[in-house]
Amino acid sequence: MACVIEKINEIIAPENLVYAKSPLTNDDIMHYCPGCSHGVVQRLIAEVIEEMGIQEQSIGVTPVGCSVFAYKYIDIDWQEAAHGRAPAVATAIKRLMPEKMVFSYQGDGDLAAIGTAETLHAVNRGENIVMLFINNAIYGMTGGQMAPTTLVGQVTSTTPFGRNVDINGYPLKITDLIAQLPGAAYVTRQSVHTAAAVRRAKKAIRKAFEIQRLNCGTAFVEIVATCSSGWKLSPVESNKWMEENMFPHYPLGDLKDSKRADSGLYRIKSK
Amino acid sequence: MGELRLMKGNEVIAEAAIRCGCDGYFGYPITPQSEVMETLMTLRPWETTGMVVLQAESEIASIHMVYGGAGAGKRVMTSSSSPGISLMAEGISYLAGSELPCVIVNVQRGGPGLGTIQPSQADYNQATKGGGHGDYSLLVLAPASVQEMHDFVILGFELAFKYRNPVMILADGVIGQMMEKVTLIEQRPRWTNEQIQALSGGWATTGKTADRKKHVITSLEMDALMMEKYNLRLQAKYLQMKQDEVRYEVIDCDDAEYILVAFGSAARICQKTVQIARAKGVKVGLIRPITLFPFPDKIIAHYASNVKCFISVEFNAGQMVYDIRLAVNGVTRVEYFGRMGGVVPTPDEVEDALNQYF
Ligand SMILES: Cc1ncc(C[n+]2csc(CCOP(=O)(O)OP(=O)(O)O)c2C)c(N)n1
Repeated sequence: MACVIEKINEIIAPENLVYAKSPLTNDDIMHYCPGCSHGVVQRLIAEVIEEMGIQEQSIGVTPVGCSVFAYKYIDIDWQEAAHGRAPAVATAIKRLMPEKMVFSYQGDGDLAAIGTAETLHAVNRGENIVMLFINNAIYGMTGGQMAPTTLVGQVTSTTPFGRNVDINGYPLKITDLIAQLPGAAYVTRQSVHTAAAVRRAKKAIRKAFEIQRLNCGTAFVEIVATCSSGWKLSPVESNKWMEENMFPHYPLGDLKDSKRADSGLYRIKSK
Repeated sequence: MGELRLMKGNEVIAEAAIRCGCDGYFGYPITPQSEVMETLMTLRPWETTGMVVLQAESEIASIHMVYGGAGAGKRVMTSSSSPGISLMAEGISYLAGSELPCVIVNVQRGGPGLGTIQPSQADYNQATKGGGHGDYSLLVLAPASVQEMHDFVILGFELAFKYRNPVMILADGVIGQMMEKVTLIEQRPRWTNEQIQALSGGWATTGKTADRKKHVITSLEMDALMMEKYNLRLQAKYLQMKQDEVRYEVIDCDDAEYILVAFGSAARICQKTVQIARAKGVKVGLIRPITLFPFPDKIIAHYASNVKCFISVEFNAGQMVYDIRLAVNGVTRVEYFGRMGGVVPTPDEVEDALNQYF
């Protein structure tokens, strides 16, 4: 017994701690369900802001949806936007304070249904903001209704017999649309379901923030995410369901990186 | 002394915005107020004062851009006309709910629906009784001249920041489109970051520094008791406005047996009616509410026991008349005369209406 305790103490010794909570996240217990991706992504945002040393510049815009309370967890200034309007709110903050680092954070209902116009036009204007898009293929907050991104055949509370394209149309690949817009500098689709995926997602988020510094257009990061409660699956089953069903329709990877091959530089917008 | 010019009401909104040091304008075209953004785009204030001017994709986007800018402690505004203001209702409620200062101009046209591009005052209830969801009030200023279009942009920003509340300038197509002489203020500088810190440093999202807690702009509160407390605070603020911000003009009321009550361009017409009727020996006066919220009920009540009848003259089906009745509280007769759907009555028509109540 004594030797086990000794071993544990050795493992948790400060010099052996490789994972720590970002000082930008507080001790509040997150309200997210077990298995939800929102908490992981928000931790990554906090880490990126801390590592880049941009806490004083950063202003986040939260959506209406499960992540409305993101402002509780990361220690920066925030504005809470109306449902779907985060890109418009972020547009004005950045235009009026170009020296700040501004990002919006939205779910799929928020970004790709009620806020489609604000989303597409903010990117089309090439707003110098970071847009983070959490695609869990469902309306989490309101109890699991169909989202624009809900897969064909997927059961939700408003598609109890599965999404039927004759009635509901097709799952919207809004990130693919966004990649077509000249205002987008960087468009990528990531996930956070494995340690390796989390590392890649963090790299993408960091890159998005760095692109904002270059004043060359919108940096857009989609995270294909799980919603165990909405999907009515365990966290483990959710990851599996996501890999088998979401990834084929929403393949991971960069959709656009407008870095110029010749110079390695991003196009700087004319002011 | 400022500069004297002959200008359209809508153009003056743009001039006054630049000159008073406004930080940002966000809008979407709609008749009869498109000249506001057109003038701004022609004057290019971003090259002089640094003011941001942006044509948004909709009135929904415009008002939420105003939200973002106001949340950052900036002096921001938008303008539109009736159908556009309906689209903004969501954002206006959020602005009021998050206690954000801004100026919103409504150059009203006839409704309902797409209606007409002719002048109207049919958005009185929408402006003064909410328009969006929830228990909130805007400070509503009703300009009756091109000069007041100018002055109320400046006053609007002062009041907006004094109360951390959206201010609406409720104009109409007549005031927006007509040309009059106007004295413009000298150019004032936009607020510096230090001034913003001094004025809004306690709440605006200017970036969290080590010496303060994070600032969060939100209207969300999950706890009903807390939300009620928050509502009570808002109501106390509106009460304060009622005590301190009532503005009106009184013309020829002291010996009046009849009083016309009218705002905006309707008041201009009634002013002529008063002259015509007085020349014929009729003892008639005019009360012109300048603030529609808070409504000048005390001055109306003050004259109630002396007059035979108040006549509310409006370019709508009779909306302000109910506020006059509340103020008068049954002491005397309160009637309505108006035209609708973009029709502007003549002074003689108003006089004919007045004659009916002798
Ligand atoms: C104007 C308006 N319509 C509807 C709602 C109700 N509502 C709140 S969150 C939400 C959907 C959120 O889904 P999503 O954006 O996918 O985010 P998630 O909760 O899944 O993270 C809806 C419809 C609202 N708050 N406001």
